[in-house]
Amino acid sequence: MKFDSPATTNPIDQLNVVGKPLDRIDGPLKVSGRATYAYEWHDPAIKPAYGVIIHATIPKGRIRRMDASAASRAPGVLTVVTPESLPKLIGKLEKGKFNTATLMGGPEIDHYHQAIGLVVATSFEAARAAANLVTIEYEEKPGNFALDKLIDAAGLPKDGEPDSGVGDFEAAFAQAPVTLDQRYKTPDHSHAMMEPHATLAVWDADGLTVWTSNQMVAWGRSDLAKTLNLPEEKVHLMSPFVGGGFGGKLFLRADVVMAALGAKATGQPVKVALARPMLMNNTTHRPATLQRIRIGATREGKITAIGHESWSGDLPGGGPELAVQQTRLLYAGENRMTRTRLAVLDLPEGNAMRAPGEAPGLMALEIAIDEMAEKLGMDPIAFRILNDTQVDPEKPERPFSQRAFAEVFRIGAERFGWDKRQARPGQLRDGRFLIGHGVAAAFRNNMVTKSGARVRLGKDGIVTVETDMTDIGTGSYTILAQTAAEMMGLPIERVAVHLGDSRFPVSAGSGGQWGANNSTAGVYAACVKLREAVAKRLGINAADVSFANGEVRSGGRALSLTEAAKDGELVAEDSIEYGDLDKTHQQSTFGAHFIEVGVDAATAEVRIRRMLAVCAAGRILNPKTARSQVIGAMTMGAGAALMEELAVDTRRGFFVNHDLATYEVPVHADIPHQEVIFLDETDPMSSPMKAKGVGELGLCGVAAAIANAVYNATGVRVRDYPVTLDKLIDRLPDVA
Amino acid sequence: MKPFTYERAKSPAEAASRAAAVNNARFIAGGTNLLDLMKLEIETPAHLIDVNGLGLDTIEPTEAGGLRIGALVRNTDLAADPRVRRDYAVLSRALLAGASGQLRNKATTAGNLLQRTRCPYFYDPAQPCNKRQPGSGCSAIGGFSRQLGVIGVSEACIATHPSDMAVAMRALDAAVETVKPDGQTRTIPIADFHRLPEDRPEIDTTLDHGEFITAVTLPPPVGGQQVYRKVRDRASYAFAIVSVAAIVQPDGTGRVALGGVAHKPWRVEKAEAELPRGAKATTAALLDGAKPTEENAFKLTLVERTLSAVLMDARG
Repeated sequence: MKFDSPATTNPIDQLNVVGKPLDRIDGPLKVSGRATYAYEWHDPAIKPAYGVIIHATIPKGRIRRMDASAASRAPGVLTVVTPESLPKLIGKLEKGKFNTATLMGGPEIDHYHQAIGLVVATSFEAARAAANLVTIEYEEKPGNFALDKLIDAAGLPKDGEPDSGVGDFEAAFAQAPVTLDQRYKTPDHSHAMMEPHATLAVWDADGLTVWTSNQMVAWGRSDLAKTLNLPEEKVHLMSPFVGGGFGGKLFLRADVVMAALGAKATGQPVKVALARPMLMNNTTHRPATLQRIRIGATREGKITAIGHESWSGDLPGGGPELAVQQTRLLYAGENRMTRTRLAVLDLPEGNAMRAPGEAPGLMALEIAIDEMAEKLGMDPIAFRILNDTQVDPEKPERPFSQRAFAEVFRIGAERFGWDKRQARPGQLRDGRFLIGHGVAAAFRNNMVTKSGARVRLGKDGIVTVETDMTDIGTGSYTILAQTAAEMMGLPIERVAVHLGDSRFPVSAGSGGQWGANNSTAGVYAACVKLREAVAKRLGINAADVSFANGEVRSGGRALSLTEAAKDGELVAEDSIEYGDLDKTHQQSTFGAHFIEVGVDAATAEVRIRRMLAVCAAGRILNPKTARSQVIGAMTMGAGAALMEELAVDTRRGFFVNHDLATYEVPVHADIPHQEVIFLDETDPMSSPMKAKGVGELGLCGVAAAIANAVYNATGVRVRDYPVTLDKLIDRLPDVA
Repeated sequence: MKPFTYERAKSPAEAASRAAAVNNARFIAGGTNLLDLMKLEIETPAHLIDVNGLGLDTIEPTEAGGLRIGALVRNTDLAADPRVRRDYAVLSRALLAGASGQLRNKATTAGNLLQRTRCPYFYDPAQPCNKRQPGSGCSAIGGFSRQLGVIGVSEACIATHPSDMAVAMRALDAAVETVKPDGQTRTIPIADFHRLPEDRPEIDTTLDHGEFITAVTLPPPVGGQQVYRKVRDRASYAFAIVSVAAIVQPDGTGRVALGGVAHKPWRVEKAEAELPRGAKATTAALLDGAKPTEENAFKLTLVERTLSAVLMDARG
C-alpha cells in the first residue's frame, strides 16, 4: 500500500481497540518466565555448548602472540576459536555494513574489550575458567582517547550535511543586542539495558539459525550473512523478545558472530552472552560531545541568529553524533548555522543510543534557551513560544504537519503550577533542600519507512499477525494486535502476534521511535488486503463492507468472520510504503518537560521531586504502553542529567566504570513522581494510523529541564553533564 | 571461576585451623562480595570453607552492658534489632544506608567488615592494581579516581573501604573477636582491624592467616544523638562518596567517623576535641595531611559541609 496522500477516515478511527490502554498481550509470558529471550531459548532438541568471549585488553595495537594451548586442554573445553583458526574455519571475516570496527579483532586490535576469540565448553563455568587461561602478548600502539584534545584535528564527517546555514549568522549574531555564546559537554553514555547481548547459534544443512536479541531483524540478518560470507537465504535470525536495547541492539554484535563461529567449529549449538563488565567497551555507546551554542536576539526576545556546533569522536570510518540536527528545526530565526565535526578516537565504537542526536543536542540547546531567556528577563516558556515556528525555518515553504509546541507548554505550565516558580534562582527552600523548577522542550522527528506484515485468518477465526518487527519492551505485540483487531472487527483476544523472525515480512524494526507508527501501518496495509480477501470469499461487495463484533456486514447482511475461513485459511501480505509527505511536510513530535528538584543545601546532592511530561505525538495507539515508554525515557533523562557518564581513562584508552556498580543509572528512589499527559491529536500525514512515536520524545530535553531546575534552585549553572554534586558544592552558600 | 573444593566447618576453631592448613582457602558466609570476585577471578581460592552452619547468628548482651553480635548475624537482622535501634542508632542507620534489601538479607556482620574495595581498577583484571596483583602498579593514581581515597593513601594505593556498617562501628568503638588457627582467641579494637595501604595494599586487615571472626562487640551505649549521613550520586544503592557517622552529646562533645575517604573507616580521636567549635575546625583536624587527587579534592569540602549538616541535625 502506497501512502502518498493524507489519511482520511478509515477503520482505525473507530477506536474500538486502538487507543485503549490495554494490558500487554505478552505480559503473562514475561511475568511467568515463559517468554523466550535469546539465552533462555529452551528447545529440548538443542543441547548447547557454551561460549565465552576472549577480549582484547589493550585499546589499540596488535596481537603478537596468542597462546590458547592451556585453555584447549582445560576440563570441558571443546574448542578455542582464535584469529589464527579463522581461515580454516570460515575464511576471512567481513565487516558488517552497520559496523565500524570488526566484531572479531586480531591480529589488529581496534578497541578495548574487542572480541578476539571464543572458548567453547560443555558448561558456561568451564568456558569462563578456560578463557582466563589464554595468554596474549600485545604490541600496543599509541591512540587518541581525549576528545577535548582533538578539537582542532576534527574534520568533516563523510556522510550527511556537516554544515547548514541560512542568512548570515555571523553578521546577525554580531549585531544582536542580546547574545549568548556558551560551550557545553555531554559525556559518553552506555545503553545499560537489562538483558545483555546474547545468541544461540545452530548450523544445519539449511545454513545458520540464530536466536538472538536484536532490534532490527533484517539488518542483523544481512550483516550476519555479510560477515560470514553466506548468502542471506542461508541465515535465519529470530529475536522474539528483547530485554531492552535503546539502540545498543540495532546492529549485529559480537555475541552473534562468535556464537556462529563457535557452533561452526564444534558442530554443535553454541550459546554466547556478553558478560556485563564487557558490555561498555565491547559494544557501542552514545558518543560524548563538545558543543558551542550562540544565540542572538532582539531585546523583545525574537531570535535573529542561532548557531550550534558539535564535536564528537569515533573510530576510523565511524560517524558523528548529530547533536545539532534539531537546532535546524526547533526555533525560528532568520540567520542560522550548524556545524558537525568528527575526530578520530580510539575508544570503542560510538553509535546510536535512544534519541541519537536529539538527546545530547537538546541537553545543550535547552540549557542555552534557559540562559537566553534569563538574559532577556523573560520567562523561559514565553521565550520559547515567542520563537515558535509552524514551518521549517530553513525552508519556510515546508510546514510542520502538526506542531502543538505552544500547547504542550501551556498545558504543562498549568498542570505543573509553573506560575509558582521563582524567576530568580535560590529563593525557595524546603527543610534541608533548595528547591528549583525547570522546563525544557522535547522534540524528535517522526521517521517513515517501509514496513511489511502478513495476516492470516484461520479456520478457528483467529487472526494471526506475522512480521519481523521486534518488541524491545515497548509493547509492539500489543499495538500490532490492537491494529489487527480494529481492522478485522475482532476483540484483541482473537488476534495472535508473532514477531522477530526473519522468515516473516520485513518491518520497520525498532529504532528511532519509528517502530510503532510504521509497523502498525504495515499491519493495517496487510489487513486491508485480508478484508478484501474475506469479502471476496464471502461474495460481498468490498467497497461497502464493515467489520465489527466478529462479523462482516454489507448492505443488510451480516456474516461471521470465521465463515470466511471455514474452507481454508485466508492469507494476505502487504507493506506500507510512503510517498513524499515527509518531504513536503516536516513530521515531528513535541513535548514539554517540567521538573522540580531539591538540592541538598549542604551536600549538593540533587534529588528529583516530581517530573511532568506533556507530549504531542499524533494518535496514541495504547496510552498504557505509551506512558510506559515515556516514563522510562524520563528516567533515562534523569540518569543523563545526574549520574550517567562512561569515565574515559585517557591514558589507558577505555571506559573504566564498566559495570552497573560504577556506571550508575537511576533507581526507584531517584524517581518519586512522574506524570505524563498526551495531547489528543492525530496526524494524517504520518500514516493511516495517524500516529507518531513517543519512545524517544520522552527522553529529549529531560536532562536540560533538570539542569535548569538545578540552576533555579541554586543559581549555579552547570554546562558539563552529569550535574553531580562536585560541580555545585564550591558555589553553594555556607551551611547554616 | 576456577575450580575449588568446598567444606562445611563444624566449629569456629576448626574453621580457623582448616583455613590455615589448606592452601589458598577462604571462608564463605553470605558470599555477596566473594562470589562476584571469584567470577571475575579477582579472588581465586582453591578451597572454600562454608561457615554458615556455625550458629554465631545471635545478638546477646555482654557482661559489660554492651552487645555481642555474632559474626553471621545478617545485616538486615542487625539493623532491625530493637536494642541496636534504641542504643546504637548510628549502626542501624549505617546498615540501612548500604546495599539493597536483598543483599542485606544475605550479607553478614563479619563479611561486611571484610569487603574488598570497589575501586574500578581493582575490578578490571587487565589493569595494573597493587591490591589485586602486588607490584603491578596503581592505575587509579592519575586515572579515574573521583570515588577514591583522599587520606591515609599511599604511592601504592588510593582505594577506599566500601562499608557503611564499619564506619558506624568505628564511631561506636566496636571490637572484633576472633579465633586463631591454634585455638587462641583475641579481641581486636575496630580501630586496629582495618589497615592503611602503605606499601602492602593487598592486605586489608590485621587478621592473621586463617584467623576467623566470631563476633563483633559493642561497648555499653553512649547515648547522644546518633546520625549516619551517606552522600551519593543517586538516592539509593550506591557506595558512599563520603559518609559521616556522628554521635553528638548534649554538651556538644562527641565522636565522628568518616566513610568513603580512606582505606579504612576514618576516625581521629583527637580531632573530636574540636567538635564543640564546629565542622570546619573538626574537619581540618580530621583530614589533616589529606592527599586528594585532582578528581576527588572536592571530598574535603564535602566532608566539612556534610559534617556541618550532621552537627546541625544532631543538635536539633
